[in-house]
Amino acid sequence: MSESLQKNKLLVTAIKDGTVIDHITAAHALKIIRLLNLADHNKRVTVGLNLPSKTMGLKDLIKVEGRELTEEEIKRVAILAPEATINIIKNYQIAKKFHAEIPDVIEYVVVCPNPICITNNENMDSKFIVKKEKNNIKLKCWYCEKTFPQEEIRDYKNN
Amino acid sequence: MNFTNRDIIGISELTKTEILHILKIAKSLKQKPQPKILEHKVMGSCFFEPSTRTRLSFETAMERLGGKVVGFADPGVTSAKKGESLFDAIKIIGQYVDVIAMRHPIEGAARRAAEATDKPILNGGDGANQHPTQTLLDLFTIQECQKKLEGLSIALVGDLKYGRTTHSLAQALAHFNAKLYFVAPDSLQMPGYICDELKNNNIKFSIHQKIEEVINKVDIFYMTRIQGERFADPMEYERVKNVFVLNAKMLEKAKPNLKVMHPLPRVNEITTSVDKTPHAYYFEQAENGLYVREALLGLVLGKL
Repeated sequence: MSESLQKNKLLVTAIKDGTVIDHITAAHALKIIRLLNLADHNKRVTVGLNLPSKTMGLKDLIKVEGRELTEEEIKRVAILAPEATINIIKNYQIAKKFHAEIPDVIEYVVVCPNPICITNNENMDSKFIVKKEKNNIKLKCWYCEKTFPQEEIRDYKNN
Repeated sequence: MNFTNRDIIGISELTKTEILHILKIAKSLKQKPQPKILEHKVMGSCFFEPSTRTRLSFETAMERLGGKVVGFADPGVTSAKKGESLFDAIKIIGQYVDVIAMRHPIEGAARRAAEATDKPILNGGDGANQHPTQTLLDLFTIQECQKKLEGLSIALVGDLKYGRTTHSLAQALAHFNAKLYFVAPDSLQMPGYICDELKNNNIKFSIHQKIEEVINKVDIFYMTRIQGERFADPMEYERVKNVFVLNAKMLEKAKPNLKVMHPLPRVNEITTSVDKTPHAYYFEQAENGLYVREALLGLVLGKL
């Protein structure tokens, strides 16, 4: 194991109480932090970007001390990073470990990439129907009815 | 089958049975007018974008069934200009009227409007998204001139990439086991997602670049206008605009039952020489918009 990986491992196991979000699609960790307001307190947050991963090539990782993600927050993680695993840590041990699961319907959070969609022209929530096809996740806007691959979603909003 | 108070936002929300029921009602209204069934009912005609045929046929349909119409044909005269949201505008109009027919330039506007009011919304076009009454009148016209809907050979011609009319019609024809011919320049061919949907429904279709390849094979030739602003390269437009023109001579060896349709307005893509042939059916098609919209108004208001 390389030195950097060992350090990374140490960072993950060193947490006392909190949440570790692992296997985040590379380049999505900062979006998740912004979306979930994970840095909105004075506890320690550690972020790893572009870490080597056997299964994903590159991945991101977030470690938040003193905060356990709610179910609603986990759903939001899944929207941005469908492959993420979430570890709830209690007293240095993994108390719970699960995969983020993308919901069938996503309300708010995702901004429709279609600039002439009503959701971008009126003060309102967006709504998407999730289509899971093999390894692809596509989102269909409830309003403008356009379908977008997950990676085409550029913007997310915080409610 | 209950249509009372139902919104008609997109063609894909209607089942085959429901589509056929609407067409049956439209036919009966064409044969036997019902000038009183919508007495004391009021339709809000909310056109946030200019339209001639759709607006006038909705308004005439309401009047011919005995109802009344209020509304606007230009958002410049409404509070939208003052920054009022569509939601608020429709919520308030819904308190005045029994049914709303609307067109809006923004995609998804009709769905949003439906959330603002309990009154039924009939979508007369929301940007490039949906225009279900056009598809219904197209199906009605095909059924009328071919005496059936099942198993026909139908060419969709022109701008197949951006034209919502041809997208919705192709999707609706998937119910009726049509053989489809898509005739368009490469850059304006039918989008992949529609082709995928058709494949999933086992609908046969083929791709063509010239009218001559299909004109003698089909029962319906559905022409649409190619708009110059769709082309990044003006030279390319100059090249294709004269290829996608139908004239009477090209119809000489067509099947006797072939009918030419067009959502109108046409510019020069169907020459006036075609008007005099027995194949021209686009003016009848435009007229049929009236009966289909009458049928929808009567159905959603629970009077048919």
